Amino acid sequence: MTTLLLAEHDGKLLSEQTARTLAAAAKLGAPVHVLVAGAGVASIAEAASRLDGVAKVLVADDAAYAHQLAEPLSALLVSLAPNYDALLAPSTANGKSVMPRVAALLDVMQISDVIAIDGTTFQRPTYAGNAIETVTSSDPKLVVTVRGSAFKPVGEGAASAPVEAVAAAGDPVLSRFIKEELDAAERPELTSARIVVSGGRALGSKEKFEELILPLADKLGAAVGASRAAVDAGYAPNDWQVGQTGKMVAPDLYIAAGISGAIQHVAGISDSRVIVAINKDEEAPIFQLADYGLVGDIFTILPELKDKL
Amino acid sequence: MKVLVAVKRVVDYNVAVRVKQDGTGVELDNVKMSMNPFDEIAVEEAVRLKEAGKASEIVAVSVGPQKATETLRTALAMGADRAILVKTDAKVEPLAVAKLLKTVVAEEAPDLVILGKQAIDDDSNQTGQMLAALLGWSQGVFASKVETGEGMLTVTREVDGGLQTVELKLPAIVTADLRLNEPRYASLPNIMKAKKKPIAEKTPEDCGVDIAPRLTVLKTEAPKKRGGGVKLASVDELIEKLKTEAGVL
Ligand SMILES: Cc1cc2nc3c(=O)[nH]c(=O)nc-3n(C[C@H](O)[C@H](O)[C@H](O)COP(=O)(O)OP(=O)(O)OC[C@H]3O[C@@H](n4cnc5c(N)ncnc54)[C@H](O)[C@@H]3O)c2cc1C
Repeated sequence: MTTLLLAEHDGKLLSEQTARTLAAAAKLGAPVHVLVAGAGVASIAEAASRLDGVAKVLVADDAAYAHQLAEPLSALLVSLAPNYDALLAPSTANGKSVMPRVAALLDVMQISDVIAIDGTTFQRPTYAGNAIETVTSSDPKLVVTVRGSAFKPVGEGAASAPVEAVAAAGDPVLSRFIKEELDAAERPELTSARIVVSGGRALGSKEKFEELILPLADKLGAAVGASRAAVDAGYAPNDWQVGQTGKMVAPDLYIAAGISGAIQHVAGISDSRVIVAINKDEEAPIFQLADYGLVGDIFTILPELKDKL
Repeated sequence: MKVLVAVKRVVDYNVAVRVKQDGTGVELDNVKMSMNPFDEIAVEEAVRLKEAGKASEIVAVSVGPQKATETLRTALAMGADRAILVKTDAKVEPLAVAKLLKTVVAEEAPDLVILGKQAIDDDSNQTGQMLAALLGWSQGVFASKVETGEGMLTVTREVDGGLQTVELKLPAIVTADLRLNEPRYASLPNIMKAKKKPIAEKTPEDCGVDIAPRLTVLKTEAPKKRGGGVKLASVDELIEKLKTEAGVL
């Protein structure tokens, strides 16, 4: 019984999602090996080896894995699978792209976006988090993606697990990386931030979003999120979308400004410790789950809040 | 280029889904059903490819009960040319759906299959990737832009931190994200025309696919409910509460 966990990284740094997924993996009760696949990832492997509960780190250092393309990465995971009973990855864009491919190649039904593990049973949200299913699998192996925000990251120690190189599994060359346009990471990452400030359609323009939401977030050292309506309207980039089909967050403090509280948005924030809603409509559904509500105009409240903090 | 689009009949996105008292699932009686919103985006993309002269034929396919023909009619009204229903009342998991779609692909030989990135009922986000794996095809999932080229596609994907652009060798699988396009509403004349477009039917047995579920759902529960909180009178009061009562500042 051994578990293989696919590390999440951006080619430079190990993502905290890996430590969160490790906490989930620990609940399976088997030793955990972490696979770091990429090009020039020795320092990432080293960082993974220091995480609590890692028995071994496998490194597949090859140009084919430089951009985490699903076709070569799934081939690599499948080549390693015979030695493992469970394969886990965080439910990040990478994990969600690669793991179902692995599952199908192993003839396994993946368990997606798990929020709790108890021995051999798994909890996962369905219907935008309105129904939590408890499932077990009859497959000979488990392929699981883990919702990071549901697990606390494991700690880090000095003791480092052995790091072992593994052979690349060949690249089927079905797809080719062209380019990446990533935001400069000047703020905390949404899915692991302690505070998140999100803006909705009410902001009305990209300029106002930047003028009202960003300075408040920066003063709080917070990550910035947005509703789908705000993203669709171009006020905020795609990957700031919080909700059922965007990012799941669970900060200590979530501030929703000018967001109505549609089911799809709420699905992504309901595990936050404290939710603050600012909305001019006192009937807005967001007030049904907000711990603290302010009824009023964001255009006056947000600057006041920033100045008084 | 021939395009296959997969569509699923799901609970409408506006419905507040309720869990059954006995924990055996969610209330589906008398609930409004619609095409999965991501699949509407997938159909729209196929129709745009056809309108741009890039796609020659669009075949819509659904796995589901007889009523899924309504979903297929919607796809036909949006601009698909014909449809295939793989009819079953059973609950079909993504792996089995991918296997069924693989048999349809074997018969139809499309150059491109477009699916929604996730169904808003089971929220699995698996079927497209699984189909790509079973076919040994390239995949461009969570697509926000698709451009066609000679024997290939350029797909821009929504990833953590921004956008990634990849080139896919055809045949390929694409799954649609929200920003790929804004789906049209079918016009009345097109809805009428869609009634005459053919829908072929087959069963999982005809496809030779075992659809027995691999996962057992032991129970289905409502999430822990958050108690609604209090409305405050001023920004000062909010800051005070966040500092002392909540201790988050
Ligand atoms: C398939 C699908 C997936 C989806 N996935 C997501 C998702 O992941 N995340 C997500 O967020 N949404 C998602 N949605 C969209 C969701 O249904 C809502 O449309 C969206 O969340 C609404 O965004 P909003 O609250 O910003 O806008 P609105 O609902 O328009 O709300 C704006 C709010 O601002 C308030 N307001 C206006 N002016 C002011 C002012 N001056 N001061 C204070 N308050 C003001 C209004 O009272 C209103 O409550 C999805 C929808 C579909 C169909």
